[in-house]
Amino acid sequence: MENQTYNYAIVRSFVTWSMIWGLVAVLVGVIVSLQMVNPDLNFPPYLTFGRLRPVHTNAGIYGWGIGVIFAAFYYIVQRLCKVPIWSDKLAKFQLWLFNATITASAVTLLLGYTTSKEYHEMEWPIDVMVVILWVAFSINIIMTILKRKEEQMYISLWYMMAAIVGVAILYLVNSAAVPVSFFKSYSAYAGTNDANVQWWFGHNAVAMVLTAPFLGMFYYFLPKTTGVPIFSHRLSITAFWSLIFMYLWTGAHHLLWTPVPDWIQTLAMGFSIMLIAPSWGSVFNGYLSMNGQWHQMRENYLVKFLILGITFYGLQTLQGPMQAIRTFSAFIHYTDWVPAHIHMGTMGWVSMICFASIYYLIPRIYGRELYSIPLADLHFWLTLVGQLIWSISLWIAGVLQAGMWNAMNSDGSLTYTFMETMVEMYPYWWARVLGGVIYMAGLVIFIYNIYMSVKKGEPTAVPTITTEGRA
Amino acid sequence: MWEKKPILLLVLATCAIMVGTIVTMILPFAWVNTEADRIEGVTPYTALQQEGRDIYIRDGCNNCHTQTVRPLVPEVLRYGDYSKSGEFVYDRPFLWGSKRTGPDLARLGGKYPDAWHYKHMESPRSMVPKTNMPDYGWYSNNLLDPQMIQRKMETLGFPYTAEEIKDLEGKNDMDAMVAYLQKLGSDIPWRDAAETTIVGDLVNPYADANQETISGWAPIYADNCAACHGPNMEGEIGPELIGEDYDDEILFTIIYTGITDGGMPSFSNLGTDKVWKLTNYIRTYQAEGSQ
Repeated sequence: MENQTYNYAIVRSFVTWSMIWGLVAVLVGVIVSLQMVNPDLNFPPYLTFGRLRPVHTNAGIYGWGIGVIFAAFYYIVQRLCKVPIWSDKLAKFQLWLFNATITASAVTLLLGYTTSKEYHEMEWPIDVMVVILWVAFSINIIMTILKRKEEQMYISLWYMMAAIVGVAILYLVNSAAVPVSFFKSYSAYAGTNDANVQWWFGHNAVAMVLTAPFLGMFYYFLPKTTGVPIFSHRLSITAFWSLIFMYLWTGAHHLLWTPVPDWIQTLAMGFSIMLIAPSWGSVFNGYLSMNGQWHQMRENYLVKFLILGITFYGLQTLQGPMQAIRTFSAFIHYTDWVPAHIHMGTMGWVSMICFASIYYLIPRIYGRELYSIPLADLHFWLTLVGQLIWSISLWIAGVLQAGMWNAMNSDGSLTYTFMETMVEMYPYWWARVLGGVIYMAGLVIFIYNIYMSVKKGEPTAVPTITTEGRA
Repeated sequence: MWEKKPILLLVLATCAIMVGTIVTMILPFAWVNTEADRIEGVTPYTALQQEGRDIYIRDGCNNCHTQTVRPLVPEVLRYGDYSKSGEFVYDRPFLWGSKRTGPDLARLGGKYPDAWHYKHMESPRSMVPKTNMPDYGWYSNNLLDPQMIQRKMETLGFPYTAEEIKDLEGKNDMDAMVAYLQKLGSDIPWRDAAETTIVGDLVNPYADANQETISGWAPIYADNCAACHGPNMEGEIGPELIGEDYDDEILFTIIYTGITDGGMPSFSNLGTDKVWKLTNYIRTYQAEGSQ
């Protein structure tokens, strides 16, 4: 009955809030996708594309992504360490601060208080909130690990610990700025230096927020779901260390052909290619863990989410290095190909793992079975189809526009003006709206299913947990 | 071993993270924005320009516009000289962007006259009918705050005069934005270096084209000229064209090379064929207009 001492209340709260912010992120995403096709849908000054787009990205990364990380790791750390979390009060404080930070971010971004640095737009007072938030989480996780009853730390904990350190370094360095007022500051770095620091941050935010913790979640939830262990411990060790070592070199692949020194670009390109190895190490580890278990793809909706998630991760980590090659970047960069790439990662990899984690957690933190498996299946297909329509249409758009930008006449002049290439994008931008709406429909069904499970789900067969948090 | 020692794991992970960080993020500070990068003529922003830049940031213009021209042939042809590190030393933060929903703006300064920008910001679709850029006419209603701008200049350490700050009274967001856009990429004299020179004789390849053929070229005029010279050549930002009577060669040269000082951009990137078509279209129409 040791289970009864675990704090599941905090897990429940983070699950709820992450879903709310996830819905906000996707809804704002659909709104900005409509603004792309019809400029009359901009309502200045607050509701214009330029101000709403950061709300979409930050709600997605920080509200939905990190919200689920908090939920999943407060669960995982207790189970893997066989002790309750170190401080319930600190966790509760962190929950409040999390919601205050995301709310303050959304409001200030709409008011136009922004640093303009991608995925780090919030002004310095919110940076301070984020730092406190991350420190609170880090202390709680690390202290829980330190007083654990299980000597061996499982892979999931390595990834989380690396992310704790990584996010702290990245965020602190990139937020260095000189304030003018409470709502305005200037970056501590100028021009090319600022660009290099920003994309060192930007790409490694992908590593430390959208990759490492989610691999940790995948490594925990997959064996738990299938009932068979991970294929290779040694492979996971190799993949872990090489991943966190190599990622940090690659930021400048966002800056190929810019004034950033050439050797940094070349290093970034080389390390990006090498990153395929550790990324696919995890993909193979996931696939090979399914040996003899592939029938579960038919029988267990959770396995579908996890395996499709890692599949998207595999595709993402192949496509990314391809884009990091100078010649390909010269062709494709700055087109709609790029958002298509990002959204395969976020809507495919990250969100599939988020969905799987929450589906897995609900019976265990509420003591109630999922309300409807057919609805979960429907959610799966809407997610998959919505994401594929989204990305495939914009890959085509990106190649088309890149081709038109590069087309030259025999006399050495350009074949198309910029506007002639832009108007060709409209049909694909409409397809993106469609993909986004389908995806959002899936998300609404997901949230409904979770809500109904909590309200009306069958009690779980073996009531191993209390629903009142710590005894 | 580290799998059983969390503090050791944290230390090792930090080391692994720091290697790439030191080499690719910290080390470059030794070379970038140093004397070796310096370019003669690159100046800090004036108070009005800096405020325009802050408005550009406030409204997230960087979400759709980049500000860096890559050293690639089609890119240099389309936008102008490729960007150099020394041009950005006063940019806090950098605004290179990552997506070109609209065109790159790194070389926008001096391309069009101020009037073009006022009209375009007010209503982009009045000049570029199919654009998805939202209207920013509301900028004209937002008065600037000179005290705040002075504080910003102090923080940035940019030179300014009391008079400059006083001149900000009564100016609005639109004035600041246009001032900023006109500064973009114009610190180096790239326009002079990139000026097109026509060599050899100019021979109008469409001298014998009939009226019907020529009227079919109307869309080229509508897409490239109408925004400034009016849909019927009646003139607006640029002069009226009806009644002008340049011969083929001169008109071709004006369109192809532009009038750098007069606010008329070069249209050489349309290619000689389209410029000849425009020349014939305008001359034919002028004849009609002057009848």
